[in-house]
Amino acid sequence: MVKLECRSVSFTYGQRPILRDVSFDLKGGEFLSVLGPNGVGKSTLFRCILGRLKDFSGEILSEGTDVRALSRREAARRIAYIPQIHQPTFEFSVLDTVLMGTTRQLASPFSQPKKEQTDAALAALERLGIASLKDRSFAQLSGGEQQLVLVARALSQRSDVLIMDEPTSALDYGNQLRILRLVRELADEGYAVLLSTHNPQHALTYATRILALSGGQVAALGTPDEALTPELVKTLYGVDAVFEQTEYGRVIAPKKVF
Amino acid sequence: MQMHHQHPAAMSRRRFAALMAGLGAALAALFMLSFVLGRYDVPLAQVGRILLSRVIPLEQTWSSGMQAVVLSIRLPRIVLAMLVGACLSLAGTAYQSVFNNPMAAPDILGASSGACFGAALAILLGFGKGGTTALAFAMSMATVALVFIIGKRTRGARTVGILLAGVMVSSLFSSATSYLKLIADPGDELPAITYWLMGSLASARGSDVRFALIPMALGALPLLLMRWQINLLTLSEEEAESMGVNTVLLRALVILCATLLTAASVAASGMIGWVGLVIPHLCRKLTGSDCRRLLPASAVMGALFLLLVDNVSRNLAATEIPIGILTAFVGAPFFIFLMTRKEHVW
Repeated sequence: MVKLECRSVSFTYGQRPILRDVSFDLKGGEFLSVLGPNGVGKSTLFRCILGRLKDFSGEILSEGTDVRALSRREAARRIAYIPQIHQPTFEFSVLDTVLMGTTRQLASPFSQPKKEQTDAALAALERLGIASLKDRSFAQLSGGEQQLVLVARALSQRSDVLIMDEPTSALDYGNQLRILRLVRELADEGYAVLLSTHNPQHALTYATRILALSGGQVAALGTPDEALTPELVKTLYGVDAVFEQTEYGRVIAPKKVF
Repeated sequence: MQMHHQHPAAMSRRRFAALMAGLGAALAALFMLSFVLGRYDVPLAQVGRILLSRVIPLEQTWSSGMQAVVLSIRLPRIVLAMLVGACLSLAGTAYQSVFNNPMAAPDILGASSGACFGAALAILLGFGKGGTTALAFAMSMATVALVFIIGKRTRGARTVGILLAGVMVSSLFSSATSYLKLIADPGDELPAITYWLMGSLASARGSDVRFALIPMALGALPLLLMRWQINLLTLSEEEAESMGVNTVLLRALVILCATLLTAASVAASGMIGWVGLVIPHLCRKLTGSDCRRLLPASAVMGALFLLLVDNVSRNLAATEIPIGILTAFVGAPFFIFLMTRKEHVW
């Protein structure tokens, strides 16, 4: 089922066009990885989808409804957002952090989370295998653990669509791969995942489809095997690369060492 | 299993209940003790009987002098000290969350100096109590709005931008207040403004308490009710909105309530600094930053603190020391201690 559909989305910032005629759709069970050089408009695209930027042309449909017409709570029911980790100003426990994801289920701004919400938060922690962290301070966790907690927070929101803006950029090599493996599992369970990354190898290994943006336009859209080619890597990043088939999948190796 | 230092952020329900019960008991004890302290002797047993006599009929075993001291002089002052302490602490806690800034406080954001200017202007113009509170609130709101707008426009980290804007705008309004003092009538207006700027609960009357109670309740109740969602304002705008929170409306509402609390406090008791910065931080150490616990704990702790300081203020020396001077004497060193501790985290 199509969870999210972008139809000819264009966005201009002042005089500068950022997104031009971007179209794609995202179904449940898909892990769509967005690739593109710095400043190509990945974050702008996400902001449009999340309803933060409303003056784009074209349409973004969530289960058939324009995202601009959704109330905040309704949008939160449909789409969850997982940011890059950043050090919080104030300390919250892991459980309270995850509990924040359940806020959309509360009746009014004056309501407090009840047992039902706490159970949802605990279930999300359990699902990611980090229930033992629940009483720790979020700020004092390692980067990998923090990113897992933010994923758990999104799961407690119980939305079908997960949007992740470069979730791996602040993580070490091992944690990058663990998070991506987990995201792939979530997609296999039925979540629709839209994830941006700076590393084409991540898209090649873990994504079910890729969306490549170049100059604000769609440069490629398809399965990693078909769409992610040496030509595309050259177009996006100006890097000559070779793709090698190994026992564990294809790997991208840059030809020149810079 | 690995052992970890239990962080206050994950305080259990039972430990929080114990903390609140402890603070409540300390406040109740200090409340009773405060009636006994002072130059006019009233024994504790008589204090209890006099207070009870307002609720149930009791045979009068005390002098009418005692009754006047307890009910007309000490009771309003004690209640106002607790209210102002609670309100300034609530306001500080709310400002910190809403600006996502551990240094935010009524005095630092300019809310207090704006309120002071408004109130000094009202005294100069000969307004009554209602007018003073209203003008204090209006100017306080204006300064916070100004600080917020300037802070947003500064380049670089917004936390620093808002603080610097607060320092500038505060200084601007303090100068404006100084100018008002310059042109005030040295016979009556000037002493009124000056004494009131130092912060004092000495002239508290029952009517002052009743008058301050309405704006204080209007500011405090919504904050306490919204205590869960205020937590989400400490996240980025993007995150909070993606979780279904109307951040613009919620932020505006919280700022409005916190400023109302500040203005009502300043109008009732003058400039009492530091409470709104130090008490929230002390409570963060005890309860963590979850506003579901932090806001109620700050309110009670603030009431306890200001009542304690006011007792010192009226009993330490032969002449009363204005409480605003004492809170700075206690608050500033204590804040430095909190900031420089090794395991310092907000």
